[in-house]
Amino acid sequence: MDTKIKIRNLNLYYGNFQALSDVEMDIYDNKITALIGPSGCGKSTFLRTLNRMNDLIGSVKIDGNVLLDNQNIYEKDYDVIRLRRKIGMVFQKPNPFPKSIYENIVYGPRIHGTKEKQKLDEIVETTLKEVALWDEVKDRLKKPAMGLSGGQQQRLCIARCLAVHPEIILMDEPTSALDPVATLRIESLLEELVKKYTIVIVTHNMQQAGRVSDYTSFFLNGKVLESDETDIIFSNPNNKKTEDYITGRFG
Amino acid sequence: MTNATETFELIVPKEKKFSKMINWKTYFFYFFIYLMATVTILVLIAIIGYILINGVLHIDWEFLTSEPSKMGKEGGIYSIIIGTLYLTLVSVVIAAPIGILAAVYFTEYAKESRWIKMIRFGTEILAGIPSIIFGLFGFTFFVIFLGFRWSILSGGLTLAMMILPTLIRATEESLKTVPRSYREGSLSLGATKWQTIIKVVLPSCLSGILTGLILGIGRAVGETAAVMLTAGSSLGVPHALTDPARTMSVHLYILASEGLSREKTFATASLLIILVLIINMIANMVTQRYIKKAKA
Repeated sequence: MDTKIKIRNLNLYYGNFQALSDVEMDIYDNKITALIGPSGCGKSTFLRTLNRMNDLIGSVKIDGNVLLDNQNIYEKDYDVIRLRRKIGMVFQKPNPFPKSIYENIVYGPRIHGTKEKQKLDEIVETTLKEVALWDEVKDRLKKPAMGLSGGQQQRLCIARCLAVHPEIILMDEPTSALDPVATLRIESLLEELVKKYTIVIVTHNMQQAGRVSDYTSFFLNGKVLESDETDIIFSNPNNKKTEDYITGRFG
Repeated sequence: MTNATETFELIVPKEKKFSKMINWKTYFFYFFIYLMATVTILVLIAIIGYILINGVLHIDWEFLTSEPSKMGKEGGIYSIIIGTLYLTLVSVVIAAPIGILAAVYFTEYAKESRWIKMIRFGTEILAGIPSIIFGLFGFTFFVIFLGFRWSILSGGLTLAMMILPTLIRATEESLKTVPRSYREGSLSLGATKWQTIIKVVLPSCLSGILTGLILGIGRAVGETAAVMLTAGSSLGVPHALTDPARTMSVHLYILASEGLSREKTFATASLLIILVLIINMIANMVTQRYIKKAKA
């Protein structure tokens, strides 16, 4: 079992507020790692350090190492564009662009230089099939993506992310804005995707973490209290607070 | 049970009295706002109606397609229509890229600093400067100092300066309404900031930019003083950027102030109103279509 991302001594500050302290974690290849914890515990912030989305916020200071394939992504000359091609992201609220379904998918490939129409068509078909959306939308690829249902939009966003061939997909509570049926569809999709991709998912939903993930890390107040195989975390946690949170005593 | 009915009976008459008073006040207030709204509409109808009644009948094919003769006393306004369109187009072509890029800089790149605040303040001041001042500046700077003479170019540059603040404002406002999630979505796919702005942010606020442009065009078409000082008032058909031209507003001004021809004056005025209405309608249509496309 290979480690895809190694996180060591990671500290993050918003101005004077320390949002993450001494986070250490391993993210394994072709596994689903779930990040759980109460609101404001730093799990989303942590997820965003993995593809350097926190760079967008001016007041953020980060130190520590995030090693992707043994290279620190916070090194001075690290190519952020390449990093974000390797590590895709799916957001809490489906955020398709106000363009057609087709244009949404080819957006990534186009900015990275793919121009041939045939190749783009192919990408659209394969990625939409990968997220099981092809049959539902193949007759209206040129229609606006905003016309899709919430669940379809989220699957489209996953497809858009797959279109640039990432190795890792970060998901920030991808089902929190969806109804139970759409949620289940995304979850079964995760099981398919993990065969090809490494997935890190933030979730509020304990059952979801239990259902889909191989590994789970429990965050509290910016610290990782416990990381282990999901089965162990859920059946036999080491830390009393993990147990309290999982059994619903707080959070 | 009896208690309840008692209180009920006690309350009812009070409420009736109370609501009657409220009703009376409401009606009065209602009537008042209604009156005010009607007054504005009446003013509009009066102006447009008066102009159109006096002018529309004098607009015919010949008026539109023949050149003016005897200083505009006779003939049509073909060269003046061309001059108006030409000048407006030039000013928009100059103002659009500058205005849009400036707005992008303000909202996407600039960090709040003293310098930026000053520039921002400056653009707002620019919006409030009387047009004759722009005209004077354009005359001394473009016409004389740079030697562009009375020309479409001088006029276009001057009008462009006048349009800029409106355009920057409108573009900035619509840039601010683009949700962060679009930007994040684009950046997370490995797009650069510039690609994100060009391919996601700007297209999704096209309607706002268009509105700014249309407002600008409206101002350019209606401007008289600044145009007269910079583009001149020549009656010929302009063929190049360096030719002088007369716009419809300028023509109208000259016809009216020199009392050349009452019917030509009103015909020109009618056409100007119709043109402005058409521009607004097109703008509305474009925006509506865009909004529909984005929402559907």
